Amino acid sequence: MTLTHYLVLAAILFTIGAVGVLVRRNAIVVFMCVELMLNSVNLTLVTFARSTGTIDGQIMAFFVMVVAAAEVVIGLAIIMSIYRTRRSASVDDANLLKY
Amino acid sequence: METLPAEGLLASSWLLIALPLVGAAVLLLGGRRTDRWGHLLGTATVVAAFVLGLLYTFELSGLQEPRVSVDLFTFISSGDLDVRAGLLYDPLSAAFVLLITGVGSLIHVYSIGYMAHDPARRRFFAYLNLFVAAMLLLVLGNSFVALYVGWEGVGLASYLLIAFWYTRPAAATAAKKAFIMNRVGDVGLALAIFLMFAQLGTTDYDGVFGEIGTLAGGTVTAIGLLLLLGACGKSGQFPLQAWLPDAMEGPTPVSALIHAATMVTAGVYLIARCAPIYDETPTARTVVLAVGALTLLIGAIAGCAYDDIKKVLAYSTVSQIGYMFLAVGLGPAGYVAGLAHLYAHGFFKAGLFLGAGSVMHAMNDQVDMRRYGGLWKKMPITFATFGLGYLALIGIFPLAGYWTKDAIIEAAVDLGDVWGWVLGGAGILGAGLTAFYMTRLMLMTFFGRPRWEEGVHPHESPSVMTVPMIVLAVGSVASGFLLVSLFPLTDWMEPVFGEPEEPAHVIAPLTVALIVTAVSLVGVLLAWLFVGRREVPVTAPVRVSPVTRAARNALYADTINESLFMRPGQWLTRALVFFDNRGVDGAVNGMAAALGGSSSRLGRTQTGFVRTYALGMLGGAVLVAGALLAVTAG
Amino acid sequence: MSDFPFLLLMIAVPAIGAAVVAGLPKGRDELARQISLALSGVVLLLAVLATVAFDVDGDRFQLTTEFAWIPDFGVSVALGVDGIALVMLLLIGVLVPIVIGASWKDTAAGIGDVATDRRSMKAYFAWLLLLEAMMVGVFAATDVFLFYVFFEAMLVPMYFIIGSFGGPRRQYAAVKFFLYSLVGGLIMLAAVIGLYVVSNSQLGEGTFAFDALRQLEIDPGVQKLLFLGFFIAFAIKAPLVPFHTWLPDSGSEAPIGGAVLLVGVLDKVGTFGFLRYCLPLFPDASRYFAPFVLVLAVIGILYAALLAMGQSDMKRLVSYTSISHFGFIALGIFAFTHEAATGAVLYMVNHGIATGLLFLVVGMVIARGGSRQIGDYGGLAAAAPLLGGAFLVAGLASLALPGTNSFVSEFLVLIGSFPSQPVFTIIATVGIILAALYVLLMYQRTMHGPPRGVLLQTDPAEPVPAGGGGATALATAPARTALRVHDLDRRELAVVTPLIALIIALGVYPQPLLNLIEPAVAATMSDLGGSDR
Repeated sequence: MTLTHYLVLAAILFTIGAVGVLVRRNAIVVFMCVELMLNSVNLTLVTFARSTGTIDGQIMAFFVMVVAAAEVVIGLAIIMSIYRTRRSASVDDANLLKY
Repeated sequence: METLPAEGLLASSWLLIALPLVGAAVLLLGGRRTDRWGHLLGTATVVAAFVLGLLYTFELSGLQEPRVSVDLFTFISSGDLDVRAGLLYDPLSAAFVLLITGVGSLIHVYSIGYMAHDPARRRFFAYLNLFVAAMLLLVLGNSFVALYVGWEGVGLASYLLIAFWYTRPAAATAAKKAFIMNRVGDVGLALAIFLMFAQLGTTDYDGVFGEIGTLAGGTVTAIGLLLLLGACGKSGQFPLQAWLPDAMEGPTPVSALIHAATMVTAGVYLIARCAPIYDETPTARTVVLAVGALTLLIGAIAGCAYDDIKKVLAYSTVSQIGYMFLAVGLGPAGYVAGLAHLYAHGFFKAGLFLGAGSVMHAMNDQVDMRRYGGLWKKMPITFATFGLGYLALIGIFPLAGYWTKDAIIEAAVDLGDVWGWVLGGAGILGAGLTAFYMTRLMLMTFFGRPRWEEGVHPHESPSVMTVPMIVLAVGSVASGFLLVSLFPLTDWMEPVFGEPEEPAHVIAPLTVALIVTAVSLVGVLLAWLFVGRREVPVTAPVRVSPVTRAARNALYADTINESLFMRPGQWLTRALVFFDNRGVDGAVNGMAAALGGSSSRLGRTQTGFVRTYALGMLGGAVLVAGALLAVTAG
Repeated sequence: MSDFPFLLLMIAVPAIGAAVVAGLPKGRDELARQISLALSGVVLLLAVLATVAFDVDGDRFQLTTEFAWIPDFGVSVALGVDGIALVMLLLIGVLVPIVIGASWKDTAAGIGDVATDRRSMKAYFAWLLLLEAMMVGVFAATDVFLFYVFFEAMLVPMYFIIGSFGGPRRQYAAVKFFLYSLVGGLIMLAAVIGLYVVSNSQLGEGTFAFDALRQLEIDPGVQKLLFLGFFIAFAIKAPLVPFHTWLPDSGSEAPIGGAVLLVGVLDKVGTFGFLRYCLPLFPDASRYFAPFVLVLAVIGILYAALLAMGQSDMKRLVSYTSISHFGFIALGIFAFTHEAATGAVLYMVNHGIATGLLFLVVGMVIARGGSRQIGDYGGLAAAAPLLGGAFLVAGLASLALPGTNSFVSEFLVLIGSFPSQPVFTIIATVGIILAALYVLLMYQRTMHGPPRGVLLQTDPAEPVPAGGGGATALATAPARTALRVHDLDRRELAVVTPLIALIIALGVYPQPLLNLIEPAVAATMSDLGGSDR
């Protein structure tokens, strides 16, 4: 397993996540795709930390996880409240926030 | 000549200005409380000023060096500019002080009767006092700035008095016109002062006149011409003559005092005062001569055609001041002649105006001479005094005009060569025209069949009005002989203008006098042939020759002013208002609208779809990453 | 005595007063008026005492107060006045009580001339007091950052005075006023920061203190940029053509009291800024741009005078005359001679007094007729002679007749500019003819002639015709001459009399003010590298 393998895996995960965010409508799925992208970034951080022998990357990864956890809490709450008012979890139905 | 600080009595000469000024202030601020005695106070201050003026003149004549200054206070001092408020008392200003306060007193007395029934008589006397104060400042100031203050001050008084009956639109418009045309002249005077300061660093008479010789010829000529512009504005000379006839909308005593005897002669005073400047610049003097000659003819021609008695007298004033300009334009040979004529003119023209006022008073304020006629029997005193003024004006021996006008024409002829003939000829022609229009006026007013409107019962004016007229008539008779022959003004003015040169007569003076008298008599004869022999129609004939039509329109001065300045000005104003609202403000509002429009257009891109935003973010991230790669790889 | 914090008090007293007035319970308008008048009187007293304490031959800046504010950036609350600022403080001290007196009878139902919604009058007086505090601050600041803060903060009370208490188009006018000033202010902020950066690199530590900045040797290219930053802000404020179009709108829509302070004092911040900041801080750039500024100034004199003639709305007319007058002030400042600059400073004071009076009198005319259109009036002088007299004095002062204060300043500006800039001065001098025209045209149309317009209305309840057209229709019925216009009452006399007295007193004996101004102008000229004469 070389560095390249880890990075390719992270890139694949990120791409899946990005495509998912763009093409899926269901807010929960979009949300999970965002998590996927965050995790791919985490993977990259840890990989580089390992290869350079420092711990900076690992610490950053922890920060990302903490932020991601906070994000999940708030994000799910928003999705819940949107679902309660609109009876739908489609992101396209929540389009009132414009100009 | 050295100017010494005034001592003794003369040190108090500021009282001359202060007295009428206090009078004006009391009358204006006192309100209705002063209605009962206001006119008496107004008259008293001017009479007191006259008495003081006499005392000062005696005091001055006893001095070794009759040129003293009174330093009052620092008016404006900043950097290199130091303007002190101060007075200069010399024979020239003394002569003007006597004229202003003397004629002023008479006219104040006359006005007590003339304005007796006007509810705003107090205001009238306040303005008159204000005028006297400003005029005295004009002639007494010891610097060009003081002169300028007085200069615009009399302009204000003139404005207020022309517009005295301001509910009449014609009076209000005439007042505004007078002020504006005066301001055009004032710009010239102001620029002359600026130029003096820039070149000489001072604005007082002593400093300027002492150093004027050090300046380049072109600069002196420029100063001379700018001063002339100012003089033309104030004195109603070409090309700024059009306001003076309109100014007759004011009450008649105003016309007599301001627009005949004193204020309009300020231009002559200015040029005489600035003799040291004009002596350095023959070019400017030539222009003065040309302006004088041209104006005396324009005024005389227009005077022949008007039917309004005051307008005829006004154009006569324009014409006579043209004579004075002609005289002072001649330089040392003519200064005293011009001033003597100014003095004589002050007497007879003020008398004529007061006479006209007396006639109007009797005819219910009618000014159209075609509605007069046969008044000599009803108003004997007015007729007699007016007649003497008339004879003095047209220059019949031995009345005032004969002496003073002849002196001017002689001096003009003495120039020799072509100029002498042209200017002398203009003066002689003007004398003939003067005789014509004044005879026409006399015939239409006092002789012939009465053409009065119904219900008019002419009567002689009360003595408060006739006495001043009699005094002025005496002046009209005697002043010329006194000033030219008996107590020559030349001697009195010698400290100012120097020893008079013995003129080299081109033609014998007697011959000139005979020619002038002959031409005048021809004018009288023609007037009698045209007017006296026939019946005067009550309405002016409409079908007249182009010459008459041009004269009736004062040689189209108003038309030219209107089409050259007023209408383009109005057009420009309207165009600029449009430009400012649509152009400048439009650009600003347009910019605001463009910003607003583009913001709402850009806002459309915000669809509200989360996934569109996500795509935008991804695109942006790819772009940044690509750019980074390109930079690091390249 | 000179340690007494005059300037701080002059800011604090009205600022605290504004808070007190604003906090009064509803319906206590009478008390609000009394407190405002008393406090503005205190400020006037302080200004007079400060003038007494001011030593003409002393330091450039006196009566100084200084303490740190944001020490990390070298910002301090530094107050101090030179002669120029001091005369402006005197002007503020005189004008504010007069404005409050003039607004005395304004009620919630209508401010002066314009009917408003039901708004609280105490708010109006609170804003006036706050405005006074800000105006004092802007002239008294000797720290550039503090100046900037007051410069911007001044907008807020003015915005509300126009926007809440103004005429029918008050919203438009207020927003326009605010945006214009804000744009200029932000450009100036950039230049202020630029100054700080330059001072940081030259002195080792950044500062905003005027006296330190004056010593900098700024690179010519940078000078030009910084000059432009300050200049644009001041040119908008002054205003110079072509940055002027906000003033006619604000001047005509603002309530009379606000308009007096706007044109009388607020706009002078622009010309004051030229003298205090542009010339001493950027002498090379000032000389470089002077021809350009002079062209704008001279165009402004003639252009605005012609526009004034074309106005039918009295308040707009007076606003345009002010733009024309500001051209004279700018000419005097950028002619770079001692006499002209002195004249320009005096012009600022005199214009505040003369145009202030003109605005007040116009407001009194409008209060009687309910219309701003010149065409709705005529023959007023016969019905209200005192009003006519006050109008005439104000008009004559506006056209700079000798004997009024404006003559002295206009004369000084022109005679001082002539030696260094003859061509511009000659063109500017033509402006005095136009000044006579616009003043006398307005005076003749409103005061002279037969009674017209509002004078002919028999029934006071009858609505005033809008526009000039209605007046001619009314004029055809001269039989109904019911002179219902009353002359100036005691309160109005008390408002106009001090200004008329000042106009005449300063017209005859201006030297005391000139003595105050002279040393400060001399210092400015030496910063600039000497007078051009």
